[in-house]
Amino acid sequence: MTFDINLIYSLGPTLLRATGVTLMVWLGATLVAIVLGFFVAFGRRYGPRALDAALRVYVEVIRGTPFLIQLFLLYYGGPFIGLVLDPVPAGLIGLAIYGGAYFSEIFRAGFESVPTGHIEAGVCLGLDQGQIVRRILIPEMTTLVMPPIVNMMIVLLKETAVLSVVTVPELTFQISAIGSEKYAFVEAMFLLACFYWGLVELCGTLGRAAEARFSRLRLTR
Amino acid sequence: MNPASTAPAPAISVRGLSKRFGQTEVLHGIDLDIEAGRVTCLIGPSGSGKSTFLRCMAFLEEATTGTILVNGEPLGFAQDESGQRVRLSPQRIREVRSQVGMCFQQFNLWPHMTALGNVSEALKTVRKLSRAEAEERAMAQLKKVGLEARADFYPSQLSGGQQQRVAIARALALEPKIMLFDEPTSSLDPELTGEVLNVMRSLAADGMTMVVVSHEIGFAASVANRIAFLDHGRLLLNGTPEDVFGKPRHARLDQFLDTYLDRGAAMLV
Repeated sequence: MTFDINLIYSLGPTLLRATGVTLMVWLGATLVAIVLGFFVAFGRRYGPRALDAALRVYVEVIRGTPFLIQLFLLYYGGPFIGLVLDPVPAGLIGLAIYGGAYFSEIFRAGFESVPTGHIEAGVCLGLDQGQIVRRILIPEMTTLVMPPIVNMMIVLLKETAVLSVVTVPELTFQISAIGSEKYAFVEAMFLLACFYWGLVELCGTLGRAAEARFSRLRLTR
Repeated sequence: MNPASTAPAPAISVRGLSKRFGQTEVLHGIDLDIEAGRVTCLIGPSGSGKSTFLRCMAFLEEATTGTILVNGEPLGFAQDESGQRVRLSPQRIREVRSQVGMCFQQFNLWPHMTALGNVSEALKTVRKLSRAEAEERAMAQLKKVGLEARADFYPSQLSGGQQQRVAIARALALEPKIMLFDEPTSSLDPELTGEVLNVMRSLAADGMTMVVVSHEIGFAASVANRIAFLDHGRLLLNGTPEDVFGKPRHARLDQFLDTYLDRGAAMLV
């Protein structure tokens, strides 16, 4: 067996589509996960004790089990409780639930990083809880939570590879299929690694730009 | 203490105030009237409960028992017909608290807003003024504390003294009837305390009702109309500076002042 670079060129259209699926599922799930994570952190901080306890179980279970198994249970176990999902929605939902738990911890730390006195100043001036969250907590914690958010986005990007076990036609699924078909596993995995690395670099660059922008906002007009 | 017949209605009236944190009781049954238009200084050793007491008057701490009336209206808790202590609605709490402005030891300016943004924020979000009107009023307050030239600066670009003056302007912007100061100069360099004390002096001269927790014994002696001395959560002394600081002096106060000889209290000895 030789390393066959020409294989890569002949598969252009398939790879392009697969990249599209990976990016779509990743961005969609990330967006949902960030919103979910924010509300989980918010609910734990401001909700009743029972809600905090319930959300804590969610966070602990999701962080305490492998994503591969969570996704497997959602997709193949779902039908037992009447939850039948197509591969792409299952992958998207699974990834969002997984990411949400981690993002909620990022936001929880973000909330806690804002000095109590900054909140008390708002309370004394008559701001209500919603105004304090919108006008003080969120803007103040943005700079702090940006780096871990970008970091988690990179983790999620690479976790999209796991979606191949539920036949989502993303990069790993497609390239592995080609590898099996042509009996060229090394080329396929090498190619796959290059794709992910390229995407992660892109994400990291955009993330650094966003961080720089947010930290500049803090000091200038 | 002060005869009810001659005293005007108090701005804040505290009765039987106790505060417990878990097992520790930090305030024991405090009764105190804060006179309108006067400056009351709360002094006492660290851990005497003076900051907690002040925070109760801003309803940042909830008293365990006792009542606080702000211009006759109950703050936070009221008695219902059967004498039960009931918590007022958040809306009602905000209304009563809006008569009280607060300044903190750590200034607590919001770092993501300019000086002008800090001062105009509550005018926009709470008072619902237009941006232009809010900023105009905020600018007038900044001018009052001598910082209109720093309006566009962020807190991190201001000295501690300037930050505290912005914080005072921020509280004044909502036109409170009473201003509470929690050790407003304690985290400042000695050379920066002067500018803050000057702002407070001119505020006092304008007739603002002020309650000041301070270690600035010199300021307390020269500006305050009333001195309240707390020790171990009890109000030990309450009177005019002449009464409290004059001789013969309460033994506990004497002992306390001894530790201040080199901090501006030398003039009193």
